[in-house]
Amino acid sequence: MAHEISHDQAHDPSNVTNPEHGEHHIVTPIQYCMVFGTLLLFTAITVGAAYVDMGAFNPVIALGIACFKAVVVILFFMHVKYQSRLIKLTVGAGFFTFIVLVTMTMLDYMSRAWGMW
Amino acid sequence: MANSITSTGHADHLEKLMPHESIINEEGEHVVLPQHRHHFETVEQQREAGSFGMWLFLLTEIMFFGGLFFAYLLYRNWYYPAFAVASNQLNVPEGAANTAILITSGFFMALGVWAAEVRKKKLLVGMLILTTVFGVAFLGVKADEYHEKYEKHHIPGASYSTAMFTNPAAYGINEQPLAPDMAQHTEIFFFLYFAMTGMHAFHMIIGIVLLFWLTWRAHRGEFSSGYVAPIENFGLYWHFVDIVWLFLFPLLYLINRHLPK
Repeated sequence: MAHEISHDQAHDPSNVTNPEHGEHHIVTPIQYCMVFGTLLLFTAITVGAAYVDMGAFNPVIALGIACFKAVVVILFFMHVKYQSRLIKLTVGAGFFTFIVLVTMTMLDYMSRAWGMW
Repeated sequence: MANSITSTGHADHLEKLMPHESIINEEGEHVVLPQHRHHFETVEQQREAGSFGMWLFLLTEIMFFGGLFFAYLLYRNWYYPAFAVASNQLNVPEGAANTAILITSGFFMALGVWAAEVRKKKLLVGMLILTTVFGVAFLGVKADEYHEKYEKHHIPGASYSTAMFTNPAAYGINEQPLAPDMAQHTEIFFFLYFAMTGMHAFHMIIGIVLLFWLTWRAHRGEFSSGYVAPIENFGLYWHFVDIVWLFLFPLLYLINRHLPK
């Protein structure tokens, strides 16, 4: 980027013409292409795996692949890999809280009248 | 004093009068620059605050969709046979195609963020248009699936029919017939199917409306001079909607396909 910006643009103390003074990582199109390929590949794998009888492991594999794809999207498409610790912690805390809420609600249902509906 | 600032290019002069957030353009108009608002210490801080706020919003969205996912989890465990056969009535080829379409839309959105970062205006507009086109294509396929449910009487309500589940052989479906009371619970599956995919589609429609607006602004060149926050934050929203579908597709369409007959 810097090579495209002339000297008087670069001398820009109030970041008027060149706010990229705020250093941050720009994910490249090549990375995006690799992520795109990975997501399509794992979509094909999850469809294929659904038709193979693996007993109790079918939902585990389906959810595992979905989680993997979601993590890839979050890290690269949503740039979390290159964000500050504040953002990483925020994202992590959100998913952690979600899992806690689901677990507690499920435990409540399971410990009351499970199987008696 | 006011007359002395009508010429542009004297950054130090401008800075004394209007630090950071505004400038006088060639036409002499007073323009507020969004790149660095005065209440932020640095550009990095402004950027991080924006991302932080967007992520907080997305976390509320996780909790919102999370309630629907939890309802699905619970009822799937309670009425497992009904959920298994009802799930097998969904259209996997269309669902898989839609997954690919949505991933492609997200890919173009990601490229759009890159185009804004490197200030390529035409590329940014092109990528936003492609994102919109694939988003609309997703909704088109979804509408076709909803129509199929309508024809099969699988939309919950007065015209809902459990006939395919109590007498699958009559419809050429290779499944064990369900007892009428369990077959009635398939309606819960389809209620959740429409609630979850419908709420997802609603988010897509909001996203497409925002895309029209952002494409117009990008065309005016608002995001190709270093100010990328709206594109970046909309990208986060669009990818979040992608992620919801990445879970909806296996949970609703795929999870019972293997079941022994």
